[in-house]
Amino acid sequence: MSEEMYKQMAQCIIDGDSDIAIELAKKSIELKMHPLETITKGFVIGVNYIGDQFGLGEAFLPELVMAGEAMKAAVAVLEPELLKLGEAREMLGRVVLATVEGDIHEIGKTLVGTMLSASGFEVVDLGVDQPADKIIGKALEINANLIGMSALLTTTMVRQREVIEELDKEGLRPRIKVMVGGAPITRDWVTKIKADGYSEDAIGAVKVAKDLVGKGDQ
Amino acid sequence: MQPKLSLLNDDLISRIIAEAYQLMIKPGIKVQNAEARQLLAEAGSQVDEESMIVRIPEQIVLKALETVPHEFFLYDYDGNPTVQYGGNAVQFDPGSSGISILIPETLEHKTAETADLIRIIKVAESLPQYDAQSTAIVCHDVPKDIHDLYRLYLVMLYSKKPIVTGAFTNKTVHQMIEMLAIFAGSPENLRKYPRAVFDACPSPPLIWSNFGAGNLITLARAGVPAEIVSMPLAGAAAPVTLLGAVTQHAAECLSGITIHQLAHAGSPIVWGGAPSTFDMRKGGTPFGSVETAMIDSSYAQVGKSLGLPTHAYLGSTESKVLDMQAGLESGMGAMIGALSGINMISGSGMVDSLLCQSPEKLVIDAEGIAMAQRMLQGMKIHTETLATGYYEGVNFKGGDFLKQRITMQLFQKEQHMPGKVIDRDSMRGWKESGSLDTFERAKIRVKEILASYRRPELDPAKEAALHAYVLDLAKQAGIEHLPILEDMQPA
Repeated sequence: MSEEMYKQMAQCIIDGDSDIAIELAKKSIELKMHPLETITKGFVIGVNYIGDQFGLGEAFLPELVMAGEAMKAAVAVLEPELLKLGEAREMLGRVVLATVEGDIHEIGKTLVGTMLSASGFEVVDLGVDQPADKIIGKALEINANLIGMSALLTTTMVRQREVIEELDKEGLRPRIKVMVGGAPITRDWVTKIKADGYSEDAIGAVKVAKDLVGKGDQ
Repeated sequence: MQPKLSLLNDDLISRIIAEAYQLMIKPGIKVQNAEARQLLAEAGSQVDEESMIVRIPEQIVLKALETVPHEFFLYDYDGNPTVQYGGNAVQFDPGSSGISILIPETLEHKTAETADLIRIIKVAESLPQYDAQSTAIVCHDVPKDIHDLYRLYLVMLYSKKPIVTGAFTNKTVHQMIEMLAIFAGSPENLRKYPRAVFDACPSPPLIWSNFGAGNLITLARAGVPAEIVSMPLAGAAAPVTLLGAVTQHAAECLSGITIHQLAHAGSPIVWGGAPSTFDMRKGGTPFGSVETAMIDSSYAQVGKSLGLPTHAYLGSTESKVLDMQAGLESGMGAMIGALSGINMISGSGMVDSLLCQSPEKLVIDAEGIAMAQRMLQGMKIHTETLATGYYEGVNFKGGDFLKQRITMQLFQKEQHMPGKVIDRDSMRGWKESGSLDTFERAKIRVKEILASYRRPELDPAKEAALHAYVLDLAKQAGIEHLPILEDMQPA
């Protein structure tokens, strides 16, 4: 019975169907299936599948985004149940995401957020045009172990360095790791500003984030 | 008869404009500049100050369209009107906004500096296919605060052509206008004989940022031409359909023109853009995709239906090197842009989705532009009969037509003679010339151009005034000296 349900759960994520994801999540509660197992044996399998397919060039960004949205919808139904059981889904890490000050480009950053949260990270997305003190303040407030910064403009990518310098000044690294991304970002730049990680795309970002929080095997 | 590409019929154009008007009401336009909101409110728009969303009724836009000029010119250093915005004039300039330069020997995309921009300016100055210069790359050897105006400074020193440029802040746009006014003699002269057009960008979807709208207002009041660069990103920051992206482009441009004309009615502005499809595999912006060119061609048709001057970003590539992909994407883009009658087509020289400039690519792209310009001349009727008059004395021999005077008179009018970058040699001749491919031939051409380039003679007093002005801003930005320039020792 549950095997069949798990399959359906994975499939609805692959199909990017939030409505069915919510329906199945509710049904699993009625059937008294364990919410954590529902997530890990059902829905997450779908996310991983789409991620792999994307990596192979067989799935595309709209499918990835819709899968992430469906995953979010399912988890939102199941999370209160987990709390009732006094359990929480073990998160891989806490991430603060932002596009740096002066830059309003958010497509890439939002994609990274969707994939990170679908993969089991707790993500706080501050949005665009965020100054260093706000990014760092939020990271401290939620006890984040990872900051992800995006910049699309060559004129704003320098802000990534400012955040890293500020973190270093406050002695907050290596407690808080920093990953960066954006069209003009190159490996040279990452080395130059001493960021901890960098990825070309959202799927790569999940792997980088897992490695940075020491959960590379998950 | 200029050949023309039309992807839209009149009915479709009307539907695009009608839906663009609807978008300006619902969801409305987000205007993040207080002064622009005030101008729109005073004209009768409904403004929500908290969300900054403005609902702009059609009649305000129609009024703006009545006052906006249908044609204007850019003038070269000597005061000649060499660039025409309006009608079906088709002109090209190098792509701008680059951050790096392709080093031909290593294929490295090197962070750009002063000497790199000067090389690009020299090459673009020497090639007649480029009707205007652009402020092509950011020079990272000067402080960020003067990045935008420093590019303009170099172009003004090394070129006489009109300039497509743009400011990075609301403050520097004033300074760049002042720089141009130094060369024009006065702000009044600059208004009458503008040398440059300034890009002003809305942010998709349907946002005029504080910076974008602020630039529009400043440019309108200075009477310096503005060029709207609307960038619907089909499938991410705009509807996935090409027609949806064209409609969003129209709403962003119409709202921009409205703000601009409310700030100063009658100031010149261009219906332009740098749209792109959104690549669903890599999340990138393929400016060389055929769908991108289709969006450009279509929005230009919409702009033309409103009688507006047009601009587009075409002729660039996603390729990282100068290979076949670079050639076919750039060539097709230039051709589609030309056939669409777009007044200014920016993008030449660029690889890696507008991030990297290449002087060698400028040289190769110039050949593609020449082909597109030849295509635009269309089929010409030179003689009374099309063919029958040519056969007297022809004895069914292959070379007979070579002996005709008319062949000598007309061949250069019928055939565009490509430069040495284009290979039409025999196999033997090609081998004897070193078996070089396009890129290798372009490298040689760039070296020749750089060796023969001479900096134009400019009025020393104006040059000194410009230098003093920029040096002062550089000092405020934290450096004591500007980079030393070859063939230029400022007083």
